Amino acid sequence: MTDATPALAPATSTRVTPAFLVGATLVGLHVVVGLLTLIWTPYDPTAMTGGRLAPPSLAHWAGTDRLGRDLFTEIMVGARIALSVGIGAVAIASAIGVTVGLLAAFASRTVDDVLAATLDILIAFPTLLLAMLIVAASDGASLGTAILAIGIASSSIVARLTRILARRVLAMDYITAARVSGTGWLGIVRIHVLPNIWPTLIVNFALQFGLAVIAEASLSYLGLGAPPPNASWGRLLQEAQATVYTAPFGAVAPGIALVSLVIGLNLFADGLRDVADPTRRRR
Amino acid sequence: MLIAAAVLFLLLRLLPGDPANALVSVGADPEQIEAARRQVGSDLPIAAQFVRYLGQLGRFDLGASFVSGVPVLQEIGRRLTLTLPLTALAFTCAILFAVPLGILAAVKRDRWYGTVISVISQLGVAIPVFWIGILLVTAFAVKLRLFPSGGFPTSGWRDPLTALHQLALPILTIALVMSASLIRYVRSATLDVIGSDYLRTARALGADYGEALIRHGIRNGAVPVISILGIELASTLLGAVVVERVFSLPGLGSMLLSGIEQRDYPSVQGVLFISTLLVLLVGFAADLVQRLIDPRLRGPSGDRS
Repeated sequence: MTDATPALAPATSTRVTPAFLVGATLVGLHVVVGLLTLIWTPYDPTAMTGGRLAPPSLAHWAGTDRLGRDLFTEIMVGARIALSVGIGAVAIASAIGVTVGLLAAFASRTVDDVLAATLDILIAFPTLLLAMLIVAASDGASLGTAILAIGIASSSIVARLTRILARRVLAMDYITAARVSGTGWLGIVRIHVLPNIWPTLIVNFALQFGLAVIAEASLSYLGLGAPPPNASWGRLLQEAQATVYTAPFGAVAPGIALVSLVIGLNLFADGLRDVADPTRRRR
Repeated sequence: MLIAAAVLFLLLRLLPGDPANALVSVGADPEQIEAARRQVGSDLPIAAQFVRYLGQLGRFDLGASFVSGVPVLQEIGRRLTLTLPLTALAFTCAILFAVPLGILAAVKRDRWYGTVISVISQLGVAIPVFWIGILLVTAFAVKLRLFPSGGFPTSGWRDPLTALHQLALPILTIALVMSASLIRYVRSATLDVIGSDYLRTARALGADYGEALIRHGIRNGAVPVISILGIELASTLLGAVVVERVFSLPGLGSMLLSGIEQRDYPSVQGVLFISTLLVLLVGFAADLVQRLIDPRLRGPSGDRS
């Protein structure tokens, strides 16, 4: 654990692995496509532009769905939905998680014990299950509900990580020194704790992003995600499963898009960890 | 456990809409609604409902479904006969896949197949369960027509071969997902063992590589892997929701999903309660096995983090 001294070896800490580049490229591609759909798509995503369940062709790169909508367009829009859910969910998870984690780390032993036990119980439930319950508890499925549900459901993981990391920092001698010299706890958080735990948290956020994308797809696969006009990858796959005997390609293409984004995020996170935390670099 | 019960109860009461709605038809007059509310107990204040709920739990009575009237415990028992074998079989398959492959990936990490195993397991972690399910259906049910695409015989396990044949694809789906992440843990545990001093010493004393790895490595490497296994098993039990939807199986997960859709609190609470119980049991079992393997864990428990 390094303390607040400046990074020692900038020459090695800027080393970028090929896996990181691949990851960054995949994520970048999805971001570009997602942003592009805001101003342009090959077809109107809701318009019926071809025959029903047409196989891939030059006019429709990924074929058409059961209503004759262009699947490639829908997959592009899906990238935008996946990314917005990921960003929103990670933002919520980090806001709640980091706050709770820091509070637990600073709180008295009893409060900390209760919080830690609660977090352990919450973490024992899969994120998806919690998200399902939260969606059910709200006024019905929408994109916002999905973001909120996934964000809240994954905040317990962020909270536990923050708590462990922060406690490790708080055990350091320089924290005692800071306390003795009169720094308040907010000051300690700002000057010592956050700068020290930030690199690890960022890496975790990238991983959470990938998990959020999968969770969103699963929710909408179960019919608890964004309602039909939104072309979420999970819903595309769910619809394609019904017609898998006549148009198997529709059950493949959205999945490839989904997996490429998640793999990109995981590689990105791995590379980020190498850059952010040289001590953990190993095979 | 009590905390878990309280959290579940509160979360479920937050659901908008009165569960009594499930009992009455659309045009019901206020009197009928009031009667229905009294029947399901939603006319009582929340605290009273909670006390009643706890009392029932103490007697291991999970209530009856608001929708069908069937006792929840009985329904859960029926569905567990599907979910438990499904999870157990998939879990066994996953261990059979993952342990040898993970060790191989670590020992032969410089060879191409070591790398391929690592890359594939990396890939597997990024694939959502339901897509693997759909792909398997496409390959084995649609193209090859080897296995059915879903469903479960109404006769249950009376005809074990038919039942297994029906469950082949779901089992494979769960096993694949589980082994993808397991391989990574087994691999890193093996790498730790390979890099250890005791293994070097064993080799220096003349044990050959495989012998040293089996004699000293497995026991040491197993401890962290078993705690992961416990977590994986628990999340598979609870995560069966998605797989059961893909293959339209009448298991615990689909009971939960339809319970949520129909606001059938007793069913949802019952399923969550029983699965929490199972999760805790699994965690306890994993702990026991770890103590069995590693005598160092048997002493008084160490400092908290």
